[in-house]
Amino acid sequence: MRNVDVLVVGGGPGGLAAAARLAAAGAGSVEVLEREQQAGGVPRYSAHGGFGTWSRPLTGPAYARLLTDAAIAAGAVVRTGVSALDWAGPLTLTTTGPEGPETLTARAVVLATGAHERSRAARLVPGTRPAGVLTTGELLQSVHLYGQHIGSRAVIVGAQDVSYTAARTIRTAGADVVAMVTDLPRPQTSPARAHDARLRGRVPLLTDTTVTELLGHGRLSGVSVRHRDGRTITLLCDTVVFTGDFVPDHELARRGGVALDPGTRGPAVDGALRTSRPGVFAVGSVLHPVESASVAMREGAHAAGAVKKWFTDEEAWPTGVPLTVQPPLHWIAPGRVTPTDRLPYVLRTTTLLTRPVLEVTQDGRELYRHRLRTAVPNRTVRLPASWTHRVDRQGGPVRVTVTGP
Amino acid sequence: MTAGRTKAGRMKAERMNSPRATVTTHGPLPDRPYDVAVVGAGVVGCAIARALAHHPRLRVALVEAQDDVGQGTSKANTAILHTGFDAVPGSLEARLVREGSRQLAAYAAESGIPVEKVGALLVAWDEEQLAALPRLARKAERNEYRETRLLDPAELYAREPHLGPGALGALHVPGESVICPWTTTLAYATQAVLGGVELHLNSPVQDASHDGSSHRLRTRRGTLRARHLVNAAGLHADTLDRQLGHHDFTVTPRRGQLIVYDRFARALVQHILLPVPTALGKGVLVAPTVHGNVLLGPTAEDLRDKRATDSTADGLALLRDKGRRLLPELVEEEITAVYAGLRAATEHDDYRITAHPSQAYVTVGGIRSTGLTASLAIADHVTGLLAANGLDLGPVREPPPVRMPHLGENAPRPCEQPQLVAADPEYGTLVCHCERVSRGEIRDALGSTIPPRTLDGLRRRTRARAGRCQGFHCGAAVRALLEEARG
Repeated sequence: MRNVDVLVVGGGPGGLAAAARLAAAGAGSVEVLEREQQAGGVPRYSAHGGFGTWSRPLTGPAYARLLTDAAIAAGAVVRTGVSALDWAGPLTLTTTGPEGPETLTARAVVLATGAHERSRAARLVPGTRPAGVLTTGELLQSVHLYGQHIGSRAVIVGAQDVSYTAARTIRTAGADVVAMVTDLPRPQTSPARAHDARLRGRVPLLTDTTVTELLGHGRLSGVSVRHRDGRTITLLCDTVVFTGDFVPDHELARRGGVALDPGTRGPAVDGALRTSRPGVFAVGSVLHPVESASVAMREGAHAAGAVKKWFTDEEAWPTGVPLTVQPPLHWIAPGRVTPTDRLPYVLRTTTLLTRPVLEVTQDGRELYRHRLRTAVPNRTVRLPASWTHRVDRQGGPVRVTVTGP
Repeated sequence: MTAGRTKAGRMKAERMNSPRATVTTHGPLPDRPYDVAVVGAGVVGCAIARALAHHPRLRVALVEAQDDVGQGTSKANTAILHTGFDAVPGSLEARLVREGSRQLAAYAAESGIPVEKVGALLVAWDEEQLAALPRLARKAERNEYRETRLLDPAELYAREPHLGPGALGALHVPGESVICPWTTTLAYATQAVLGGVELHLNSPVQDASHDGSSHRLRTRRGTLRARHLVNAAGLHADTLDRQLGHHDFTVTPRRGQLIVYDRFARALVQHILLPVPTALGKGVLVAPTVHGNVLLGPTAEDLRDKRATDSTADGLALLRDKGRRLLPELVEEEITAVYAGLRAATEHDDYRITAHPSQAYVTVGGIRSTGLTASLAIADHVTGLLAANGLDLGPVREPPPVRMPHLGENAPRPCEQPQLVAADPEYGTLVCHCERVSRGEIRDALGSTIPPRTLDGLRRRTRARAGRCQGFHCGAAVRALLEEARG
């Protein structure tokens, strides 16, 4: 058994940011376990731009390298090809890699294990099981990391940001996008991006439409779709990409008995990103499937501060009170709140809301009220943390609700 | 990690192959007549081929329509190793299931096929079902299975605390086990091929005829001749039978849709939860799998289309509805796979295993859901029928033993074994993280006697891409390894 001060599980933007900040702040030995052969997480295969800062825009792979280099430069040890398998003690993990199984004990563990898109099976899409059925994650890696052949005609299921990334990747790979299909009434991306895909990319968008069946033996031959009004059609295609519908990679958290948030299904954390298990923190997409790399980085940096505080404070591990959302809001992260929390919140709605009023209450007492411009499903809704000091530690759950215009 | 190690690994895998191993996928089939041709490389056909491999003087062909062994019913079933407690007493099926069950349990232990003897509980949800339990216990005794025991609700819920409310009692059948169906079929086929059987894939039989001295099987890859013929064509056994002039049975595909739940569901169920059979059929079961998942299914839909292996919205809704009542927490868990298999049901209640001595032909038809369990006993039975048909089996020699990669959860994965990883770091380099499949295991499968030709074939051999992310994280990497090996 080996001891380190901080063990970060997952070398994506959140984990690397936490490691860099902790190493720079002199938190002792900081080790990142990255199960892939390269650190960087999803940006590794997000060949498009949009990463970095507006003054220094970067592609995903460049960003991944930058984050990795920064963590190493700060003094963190970034070990690739090493997987955390299970817990062997309160802050002890078993790992494996080319050097064999190992047991590592830390003073703090940061879970930064990310998320994945639900597969076709998990979405219970009926039909045959042909080849040519992908998620965006597999598509992007196939095209950008391995240069693999993708079919010639693809249907994209979803019309959120990641769906448009999938569409662009399909076209980069030399294939046609037959259509994008969403069961919602509108695309869930910026209007500019939606217009651009429809007009310049000539990608038809089928709204209010669900995929009812996959067809074909051996290779996909088409997908049947049904519009809300009952019309059905079969789209001939050899590839279908299921996008969005992310779920946290919470396996290690669950194996450790870490309480999960009922909304996100990620570890339930407070504003200091503390899970229910003392000494265990969580950052990035495992908390909220999914936010941008910059949100993950912000959380990584924030968790670094919380870890440092955990090392010095004798304070009991606080758990805060539950922070819950009411429909049509879907979830909020973090999902617990203490009066000292300063990290902004991210939320999701299940329906489109125009000029909604966001209200935060505890035991009927209003803590915060603010009118938003819009709230779009599958897009981030932000809530500042300016009201947390009014939370009663001994009070009931804090509720976030929306009321119409 | 380095190219050198990968190469060394491949060479090791190649050395393991016997020089006699013949597996063809394309090109014309051999001209020279075989002593025996077995049509259908499902679990039954492979078991028969393996039995024939015990007779080195025989020249045996195993002819398969698909690009891999076990591509039909053998890959899409409930993966249960039955005791045969509820078979029709006195039937051929009852005897072969009883014998085959013991044989397969022993074979699995020596070949590394994952088996877990979890036991089954037939759960009664109403008075009628409760009244049926003692009858089932007596039926089990008539099938020479004497270990059943009736459980009251308290004992039932102590054994299965997550069971939905309202169960009135259960019959415990401790001998029922779960098994890996893919490894079983592959083990048989591998041993058969290592023992000299020639496996011809991608060879759908379009027409068969017998000219008095030999069979002519016309396939997409040319004509194959054999003195003796075994029809183990599963769903297509009736078609082949008719081509040879027999109208003994008709196969009506009975579709079974199944849902596979992710590993976290495994803690919810300790036994195979069987419904009490009623006039309406066997119903939906919940079963742990040796791979650490939980199965929910099957549906039972009588169809005409022998290719209708698609799942349906209605079927999945029905399963989830039943699952919610059986094990309410199950439906909250993530689903890793949905599949549908077609059972080769016939209008008869028993297997249709028939010898036609004048044609030197044996039909192995109507092998429904118990084929996996009975496979080794069916193989022995068929070998006997072939001999009775006039086949001179010649001397006996054990084919080389096989040791299959262990895909079960009841043994540590290779990546967790320090000596293994120290000897070959490729076993510590994980590619599929959900199922903890290393590059070493994928390399071994790609270099094995009967290598996979598709990602699905690779999944059945290694579990790569079989986990909760279904390839989101590893799909492209696994595909790259397959494509590199296939050239």
